[in-house]
Amino acid sequence: MKKARTMKLSLPIEEYMNPGHLACQGCGATLAMRYVLKALGQKTVLCIPACCWSVIDGPFPYSCLDVPIFHCAFETAAASASGVKAGLEMVGDKETTVVAWAGDGGTFDIGIQALSGAAERNDNIIYVCYDNEAYMNTGIQRSSATPYGAWTTTTPVKHFKDQPKKDIVAIMAAHRIPYLATASVAYPEDLFRKMKKAKEIKGTRFFHIFAPCPTGWRSRPEDTIKLARLAVQTCYFPLFEVEWGEKYTINIKPKEKKPVVDYLRLQGRFSHLTEKEIELIQAGIDRQWHRLLRLASEREKLSVGGE
Amino acid sequence: MKKVIMGNHALSYGAMLARVQVISAYPITPQTQVVELLSEMCASKALEAQFIKVESEHSAMAALIGASLAGARTFTATSAHGLTLMHELLHWAAGGRLPIVMGNINRALAPGWNIWADQNDSLSQRDTGWMQFYCANNQEVLDSVIQAYKVAERLYIPAMIILDAFSLSHTYEVVDIPEQSQVDAYLPPFKPAFRLTPDEPHAFGGLTSPDYYFELRYKLQKAMENVPEIIEETGREYEKKFGRYLGAVEAYQVDDADLILVTSGTAGSTAKVAVDKLRKRGLKVGNLRIRLFRPFPFEIVRHYLRRAKKVAVVDRNISYGHHGIFYQETKSALYGFSSVPIFGFIAGLGGRDITPETFEEIIDYTFSHETPEAEIIWIGVKK
Amino acid sequence: MKNKKRKAEKIIFNSEKDMPITPMSLGSMAFNLTGSWRNIRPLIDLNNCLQCGICWKFCPDAAIVIENEFPVIDYDYCKGCGLCAEECPAKCITMEEEVK
Repeated sequence: MKKARTMKLSLPIEEYMNPGHLACQGCGATLAMRYVLKALGQKTVLCIPACCWSVIDGPFPYSCLDVPIFHCAFETAAASASGVKAGLEMVGDKETTVVAWAGDGGTFDIGIQALSGAAERNDNIIYVCYDNEAYMNTGIQRSSATPYGAWTTTTPVKHFKDQPKKDIVAIMAAHRIPYLATASVAYPEDLFRKMKKAKEIKGTRFFHIFAPCPTGWRSRPEDTIKLARLAVQTCYFPLFEVEWGEKYTINIKPKEKKPVVDYLRLQGRFSHLTEKEIELIQAGIDRQWHRLLRLASEREKLSVGGE
Repeated sequence: MKKVIMGNHALSYGAMLARVQVISAYPITPQTQVVELLSEMCASKALEAQFIKVESEHSAMAALIGASLAGARTFTATSAHGLTLMHELLHWAAGGRLPIVMGNINRALAPGWNIWADQNDSLSQRDTGWMQFYCANNQEVLDSVIQAYKVAERLYIPAMIILDAFSLSHTYEVVDIPEQSQVDAYLPPFKPAFRLTPDEPHAFGGLTSPDYYFELRYKLQKAMENVPEIIEETGREYEKKFGRYLGAVEAYQVDDADLILVTSGTAGSTAKVAVDKLRKRGLKVGNLRIRLFRPFPFEIVRHYLRRAKKVAVVDRNISYGHHGIFYQETKSALYGFSSVPIFGFIAGLGGRDITPETFEEIIDYTFSHETPEAEIIWIGVKK
Repeated sequence: MKNKKRKAEKIIFNSEKDMPITPMSLGSMAFNLTGSWRNIRPLIDLNNCLQCGICWKFCPDAAIVIENEFPVIDYDYCKGCGLCAEECPAKCITMEEEVK
């Protein structure tokens, strides 16, 4: 063995997520939790509605996390978090960060009303949606976060999902909340930095974290990070922040945008797609990416003019 | 301090005097004055509470569950469709053993739209694990809120304070509003045995297998079974401090009664008027108004009813395909203890008036029949 | 540095009287040795290790710990997903068939 030099880790060594949890091999949602807690620390409360994480955490009387959790009703992550925040403040704890931690089904679909309500009130919570693009906990059914072309058990290959993924970030930006960010498990340092930043902001903060699911995507467990990275490199899932619904900042701009086919071909859920359908997906990504570039450059122009 | 206030405001004053810390609510007719006054109280700092103005009743209850788990005393009020929208979360509150107190204004459910008195909204929640108190006057509404916190926080069971739409919610009556210091002496601050805090991190409500779920529900039922005793104890303590006894039932002229009416809500007050009138005619009639519906006070109900010659239960509700719901419960309480004939009447659905004359008709029918002619005897249906 | 909580024990209630009134956690999932899920086993060749911490960073099971400035796999928990081997920039982690 080599002589030891001091290791320089890019994230704090402290773990708030213990091993022994019930996630599948190569689970992206688990990595998302691990990183988020490294950024937020022990003074955190999580409200977790029905989602993979309500199983991953472990059954009664156990938990795999060192922070308190309220396993709440499916559609109530945001409202529960608002209540927990108010309750904690009224019993003298103004410091603890309250986080709603929901999957894409709990956010894009059944929980969107409560989320919109909390965001409109600008309640002082962080809402994290870890997005694995379908109802994975119930066995891979389509959600409104499932992308065009994907197979799920309710969008079989012969009738794959032919609507685009709902643009949750645009919806949340339209609420003009103080801070929202996309993040990816393949870029934990970026996620960590933005979560640290969000922790210091008051009001509703929203995170959309891309979390590959080998079980539901029919991908290899060891490809989880590769897939999440490719999603950023192809601009399928760009990393950016939006402040007050207007100030767009792109965090990672790929020098050369990779073709989306590189990303799709690693996943069984897209294996049925024809070249034509892949072209459609590519065109959609190009459109969205240009829109984002425009929003971000408008912001740059604005700040040059204004400051 | 005596004040003329509406029933809805009696709920607000009750919540204020209980020093609730988190309120979350959504407006619905005929509940709105409850939350309007509470908003004023929060704004003027007469009440040090956070009021989360949510986008639905579902979120109102969700927020309170979170706040209660965090250790705060919580309150909301709703009615009819608001309550039924909350239904799922009523199970969460009771299963989580969170002593939330809620006012519900009994209102009919659509279709067609109907904002008037009817008990089907709250009675549809009877199996959720909440205590239910049906009130007959504004003083009782205010007193019940305070007592409910005392019982709820002792046994970790949520409580619903129920009042009839308009005939109580919007009726002005003189109410003695107790001094804050007296209420403080009766109701100490909420200090739960478990709560959501990073100082002692627990995960609440995780996946619970058949190995343990059964026992958790057993414990909830066992706690429920203690309620009547604790009601008696806290009700007597309330009487000592405030001069008003709060029991599971209100028995009126029952001791020598041949016929005992079983009623609830404001109909229970109206029944007393009919009892007085018919007693003048020499008929031995009494009234047992059920205040505590959940848990059902079996022993107390048996105690009063087993001596009667006849019992007439009046329901402003119906379990479709079965009977009036208080009728079912009364029969179940007496089963095996008494063979007294029990008559089941349904009256006043959707806000149809229940008057002293309604009771006279019910009493006449009961006296003139050995046993009921039908499973349900309908009063006032246009046939 | 092994986590002290990793010695958590299984909790068994023999009577309802021993149970809390609400379903709340009283212990850590660390009693659950997920290493038994593993079909393939990662082996780190520490001679070629760059000490970059990437394997530690990307482990979804927090089953790689840092000891004496090197990554060490905790086989009690490693589920054998292979992410560490895939992401290792020095390619010094190999996945080998688990012999059961």
